[in-house]
Amino acid sequence: MVNKATIITDPDSLTGKLTWDSIPLHDPVILPVMIAVILGGLALLILITKMGKWQYLWDEWFTSVDHKKIGIMYIIAAIVMLIRGFSDALMMRAQQAFATADSVGAGFLPPEHYDQIFTAHGVIMIFFVAMPLVVGLMNIVVPLQIGARDVAFPFLNSLSFWLFVVGAILINISLFLGEFAATGWLAYPPLSGIEYSPWVGVDYWLWALQISGIGTLLTGVNFFVTILRMRAPGMKLMQMPVFTWTSLCANVLIIASFPILTVTLTLLTLDRYIGTHFFTNDLGGNQMMYVNLIWAWGHPEVYILILPAFGIFSEITATFSRKRLFGYTSLVWATAAIMVLAMVVWLHHFFTMGAGASVNAFFGIATMIISIPTGVKIFNWLFTMYKGRVEFTASMWWTCSFLFTFTIGGMTGVMLAIPAADFVLHNSLFLIAHFHNVIIGGSVFGYFAGMTYWFSKATGFTLDENLGKIACALWTVGFFFAFMPLYILGFNGMTRRLNYYDNPDWAPMLWIAAFGAMIIFAGILVQLYQIYISIRDRNKNRDLTGDPWNGRTLEWTTSSPPPFYNFAIMPKIHDRDEHYYKKEHGIAYEKPDKYAPIHMPKNTWAGIVISGFSLIMGFACIWHIWWMAIFGFVGIVASWIIYSFERNKDYYVQVNEIEKIESAHLADIAEYHPISKAQS
Amino acid sequence: MLNKIIKTVVICTLMVTLGGCELALFDPKGPVGEQAKLLIIISVALMLIVIIPVIFMTFYFPYKYRTSNKKAVYKPHWEHSTKIELIVWLVPCLIVIALAIVTYQTSHSLDPRKPLGKDEDTVTIQVVALDWKWLFIYPEQQIATINEIAIPVNKPIEFLITSDTVMNSFFIPRLGSQIYAMAGMENRLNLMASEQGVFRGMSANYSGFGFSGMKFKTHALDQVGFEQWISKVKRSPLKLDEKMYQMLSKKTKDHAIQHFHDVDPLHFKKTIEKYTGVQSGK
Repeated sequence: MVNKATIITDPDSLTGKLTWDSIPLHDPVILPVMIAVILGGLALLILITKMGKWQYLWDEWFTSVDHKKIGIMYIIAAIVMLIRGFSDALMMRAQQAFATADSVGAGFLPPEHYDQIFTAHGVIMIFFVAMPLVVGLMNIVVPLQIGARDVAFPFLNSLSFWLFVVGAILINISLFLGEFAATGWLAYPPLSGIEYSPWVGVDYWLWALQISGIGTLLTGVNFFVTILRMRAPGMKLMQMPVFTWTSLCANVLIIASFPILTVTLTLLTLDRYIGTHFFTNDLGGNQMMYVNLIWAWGHPEVYILILPAFGIFSEITATFSRKRLFGYTSLVWATAAIMVLAMVVWLHHFFTMGAGASVNAFFGIATMIISIPTGVKIFNWLFTMYKGRVEFTASMWWTCSFLFTFTIGGMTGVMLAIPAADFVLHNSLFLIAHFHNVIIGGSVFGYFAGMTYWFSKATGFTLDENLGKIACALWTVGFFFAFMPLYILGFNGMTRRLNYYDNPDWAPMLWIAAFGAMIIFAGILVQLYQIYISIRDRNKNRDLTGDPWNGRTLEWTTSSPPPFYNFAIMPKIHDRDEHYYKKEHGIAYEKPDKYAPIHMPKNTWAGIVISGFSLIMGFACIWHIWWMAIFGFVGIVASWIIYSFERNKDYYVQVNEIEKIESAHLADIAEYHPISKAQS
Repeated sequence: MLNKIIKTVVICTLMVTLGGCELALFDPKGPVGEQAKLLIIISVALMLIVIIPVIFMTFYFPYKYRTSNKKAVYKPHWEHSTKIELIVWLVPCLIVIALAIVTYQTSHSLDPRKPLGKDEDTVTIQVVALDWKWLFIYPEQQIATINEIAIPVNKPIEFLITSDTVMNSFFIPRLGSQIYAMAGMENRLNLMASEQGVFRGMSANYSGFGFSGMKFKTHALDQVGFEQWISKVKRSPLKLDEKMYQMLSKKTKDHAIQHFHDVDPLHFKKTIEKYTGVQSGK
């Protein structure tokens, strides 16, 4: 390996720190990947050009402000990044499976590379897989559930998405140009400071997170306003579907916590770029401040990831138990309680920092209290199934698997919340097993369940059910093989982030874990195949009624996919399970007397262009190419100003067009007979 | 190949279930680790009061109320029961109250700062995290070592911990608690060994490329053995002076064990004050 720190750069160079040496041509692992990605990317570009699809992509997707299309793009990006993040996971499991040795050099990855991989794995999975899956599902579902025609700020929504894409692109550039942070996913200083990480890795981390984080903050504001201000007439707060409720709480947490991330990243950026001392060892810097701040964002973040998943499970359990959700009110209050408590438990991530016993006890007990509303939720889902008619669709498989897996993860979480127990479990593989237990067994299973459940709402056809069940089985079994051994290794004193180890007792468990990761990999392959098969057989699986599952909430009243304006007539809300209510009373799918023109936002170039300039600015700042950074910044400001002077931002959909779309849907309904009256 | 994997899986599962008692945290060699183990067991037992019924219901309810079981009761509009709500809120509350009491007590009783015995019995060891090795100073004996310590059994040991580089965490799993090592700050950790043996110690907080090699050996010896070890270190030709420390501060991976027969008794204090700006003795 070239010692990156010794690469001398000319401060007057037009390319800043960037030199030919920045391309890791000597690395046997990265080089083939780089060639494959470049060739694959070129092939894709050529294919799009040959098919003449650029205009279509630009008009229909890249400039779209339609929440449903933005949601789909989020999920596609998440799947691409999942493959990247999971490759990192496989490399880590492979490295540890073969890394028994006394000294450096064991396994196939040197620490300089391995440490970037575990950092990238964490950053990608949280920011660029889990977050876009949550935001993507919220985008597709929330406006439909509350009877809105789009989100409150459609342009901001497009901007949020493209800012997120900029973050993802920056992370991927780091693979081929320079390095990524080798600091762990939260980049604790002083290790992430300029003294200990002098090259560009941490800067990639900073700018990727800063730019995509601002996108997330805008999403939070957008959905908060959408849910509070744009509900259909008659929908009281306590009549909102549970997924909308949990999304509302998640967005409150985004608004409350992401500014903390923005500020923390800014302070670290200042430390690295202009030599301030917020978090350095000397001259008054305080690393403990950073750790507090980053977790004051980081803990709410995990609830941002899990709360919407709880909402998804609630919708699915009620639908497939063919029964009203048990204890709606307590479920909502439990969600709100978790939202508040999520902000006051951050210190449990570092009991071992040396706070006093009473401080630790406070945060430990606050953490345990969260398990009460969480436990209540689990009971609510169980009692929703109780005296129901449970139908085992693929999304219900994910739900049942979640209930079992997540319960175990919750228990180990409470163990870690006891400070005196955490003193021996902290930073061990027990901790790793715990948070994968709740993030995979909780959030990720929830997103997969939601993707299965709402797939037809986004695309017009359902996903293959059998392959979905196989994928769920592989993920579940793989999860237990991959992470139960890590709990045991934690009890056996193995710490996280080890590149090699001299304790041969640990090896067998790591083999099992690697085997489990392979099973999960098989699960992912089945999912990709499932998507392929479902697209291939889309005519067979087409959802012509818009209500394939005999659903209960408002989104199922629309066609699949819904027309771009969602609702021709604003629905009047009678009940929490509005669609079920209408089916029960025989008033679903009634043709309205007349339609009125619909006010809709126009597509805009601004989101993608502003983000494009952000990418230029971010990249330039990482490499200290100042002329280019100024160019990017001026571009952002200028395009924003130009956009704000644009008057032609909206239009009216005319009645005859609405008439045409709606009659086609009603004709489908008449022909394919959805369950227009609920079973009793 | 598949056979081999299955064989490994079966053997390992057996090893875990039968050989669980060999896990470091369940086979502690000191009172702090002993109590942590007890605490883990108590907390799991308390939680199982809820977890076991939940897991049972997770399997039983979907099975019992499956669509094909037409004999099961079906109440599509049933959505509330005060009795059930009371139970599902109250029972977890009671368990958390019990856990909270245990938590509060153990947070104080197992506070890393709390001395484990009388002052005059306590052996003090100063710990400095370096890139990527541990420097140990015995201020009373005026010796220093790299990546190796010896402690007398059944004597309280007080570790004073700091870092002259990035954050690390000082951890000897078989003895119990860990605590962060941070530059410019002193953390305290009180431990005790109740049995003789050699225990692994490590940094539990990632600190850079040489982190995996940042481990040390802890020899728990009887009083005689401990004194012999001290005199062995004293016979080392090396001395920890300014020049030697400069060399140790350089980044090295898998640093070998080293002994120093002499050390500045104020070295530890100076290492901290380098960052806080206070000059000792002036």
